[in-house]
Amino acid sequence: MPASIIARNARILLPMLSFVAILLAVFWLQPRAMSYVGLNLLLNLALPIAFATIAQMFVITVNDLDLSLGAYVGFVACVAATWLAEQPLLGMAALAGGVLVYAAVGALIHLRNLPSIVVTLGMSFVWLGLAILVLPTPGGKAPDWLRALMTWKTPLVPFTIYALLALAVVVHLGLMRSAQGAVLRGVGGNPRSVERAGWSLLKAKMIMFAFAGLFGMFSGLSLVGLTTSGDANIALRYTLLSIAGVILGGGEFTGGRISPIGAVIGAMTLTLAGSFLSFLRLDPDWQIGAQGAILILVLALRVIINRAEARGL
Amino acid sequence: MNTIVHRAILATGFILAATASQADTSDKRIALSNNYAGNSWRQAMLKSWDKVTRKAVEDKIVAAADAFTTAENQVTEQAAQIQNMILQGYNAIVVNAASPDALNGAVKEACDAGIVVVSFDGIVTEPCAWRIAVDFKQMGKDEVLYLAKKMPEGGNLLEIRGLAGVFVDDEISKGIHEGVAENPQFKIVGSVHGDWAQDVAQKAVAGVLPSLPEIKAVVTQGGDGYGAAQAFKAANRPTPLIIMGNRQDELAWWKEQKDANGYETMSVSIAPGVSTLAFWVAQQILDGKDVPKDLTVPFLRIDQDTLEANLETTEKGGVANTEYSLEDAQKVIGGM
Repeated sequence: MPASIIARNARILLPMLSFVAILLAVFWLQPRAMSYVGLNLLLNLALPIAFATIAQMFVITVNDLDLSLGAYVGFVACVAATWLAEQPLLGMAALAGGVLVYAAVGALIHLRNLPSIVVTLGMSFVWLGLAILVLPTPGGKAPDWLRALMTWKTPLVPFTIYALLALAVVVHLGLMRSAQGAVLRGVGGNPRSVERAGWSLLKAKMIMFAFAGLFGMFSGLSLVGLTTSGDANIALRYTLLSIAGVILGGGEFTGGRISPIGAVIGAMTLTLAGSFLSFLRLDPDWQIGAQGAILILVLALRVIINRAEARGL
Repeated sequence: MNTIVHRAILATGFILAATASQADTSDKRIALSNNYAGNSWRQAMLKSWDKVTRKAVEDKIVAAADAFTTAENQVTEQAAQIQNMILQGYNAIVVNAASPDALNGAVKEACDAGIVVVSFDGIVTEPCAWRIAVDFKQMGKDEVLYLAKKMPEGGNLLEIRGLAGVFVDDEISKGIHEGVAENPQFKIVGSVHGDWAQDVAQKAVAGVLPSLPEIKAVVTQGGDGYGAAQAFKAANRPTPLIIMGNRQDELAWWKEQKDANGYETMSVSIAPGVSTLAFWVAQQILDGKDVPKDLTVPFLRIDQDTLEANLETTEKGGVANTEYSLEDAQKVIGGM
């Protein structure tokens, strides 16, 4: 099926091309960015967003949406800046508890057949409340090891780029190339046949939500490593950014059609788009609109490609 | 390796600039990182920045003074904004921060690149940055001290607080209570939250008034004095001395009362033009001046005799403002 191979490549080619286009535009506007320090400054905040995007992708794979992700990342950040630094055992227990709660939310959504948007919207208030309980006013201090990791001066290119690459490759291998990954994606694509084949849908949903919790945790940890301290409201924007990142990276809301590599690239593109607009010296009132315009542009190209794909098949 | 050399060059450059006092700042570029522009105070702040820095650029005191506001009031966005400013090669960054702590990583990056960071209003705790803080507690205390002078016999006070759970509200209230503790002739008989908005304050005061004894004075936080006056009027109670907060509607009401019956009070708040103070402080640091890391902003206080002049220069719906000059900044740096 050569046509489908081209189409599948087009799915990943488009995010890559948009990323390269925007990267070149940034370099052209600000040649200073073309250095080790420059790349680090441009992309280091993309890492927590990429983790959040991957977390969101796990949920989207099973046809759900997680609207609590930003608040959850904020909760992790608050735990990391307080308990994890002072009482590591308590901190780790709290973080593990967060992942278990995510699995439980997945179970709840599946068992009661509830709309995930409603459940996770509710959970977002729970996470925000917990974050404020842990850290009532902004502050705290990132554990030294976390700070050291995030400011690690790796050879050749900054640590962030290695981390982004590793993230994309690991999740790609796990979800796209393994047998278990295929089943998990099948839960989003064709749940009935997955169930008939003897797999537990409940287990699959719990696993996917737990993974979302795990990668959301990585997002919060890396964020605190960068900011050095926590704030309950630190990552509220990540909810929508992560959804945009998944879609920008070639994923779809339904059918288990996702691309981990694309999602990581999508997160990087979103981060760069912000810098690009700021380097353009665009009026802030227009910036949100311009960010939206970039998204619409990429998605419009996607629709065109999808049509070509349909015709090809 | 590359970075070490890079940093070393930046660092030596910085040291050279710092040691050569009276260094020329005409080739220096200063950026304003602002997290929010959605109320009249912030709008006035940006306008003041624009007015003063435009003149400074024209006079060739600095090469550029660009203002950036994040599209959304979010910590992560402002951190990215500051990192972008580092890349754009600004020599100093003046920041009104979305969070006192969560920007520290980005601020540290800027300091490491040899950039001067001056925070004001919303200050940052990273030790390498300068802070121009507002002593809100003193502001609250000043209100009571004024009353103590005005009415030595004391009396009952009504306190109007701001938005619950916000740091500023806690600080001003703490100052008021401290002032009352030192002047026991005063007694706070009621306390309501006016959320710094006239309509909310009016409703809150109207709700609590029937249960209160005679009120001699109302201590406020700004943006609530006019609403309180309306509530007293509607309840047919004698108008007490209400401390004002520099809003145009408050000043206009005060003027009206002053003309009609010689009403006396005072008004105090922070001038949005504090952004221009931060600008001059940054310029002075770039100039090689030795500036202490922690500075305090003076309040903008309006008294009986300065009311008319201030009312005239305040836009309808705006806040009384003052812009700072280089000399003002030097005075603040020198400890007044």
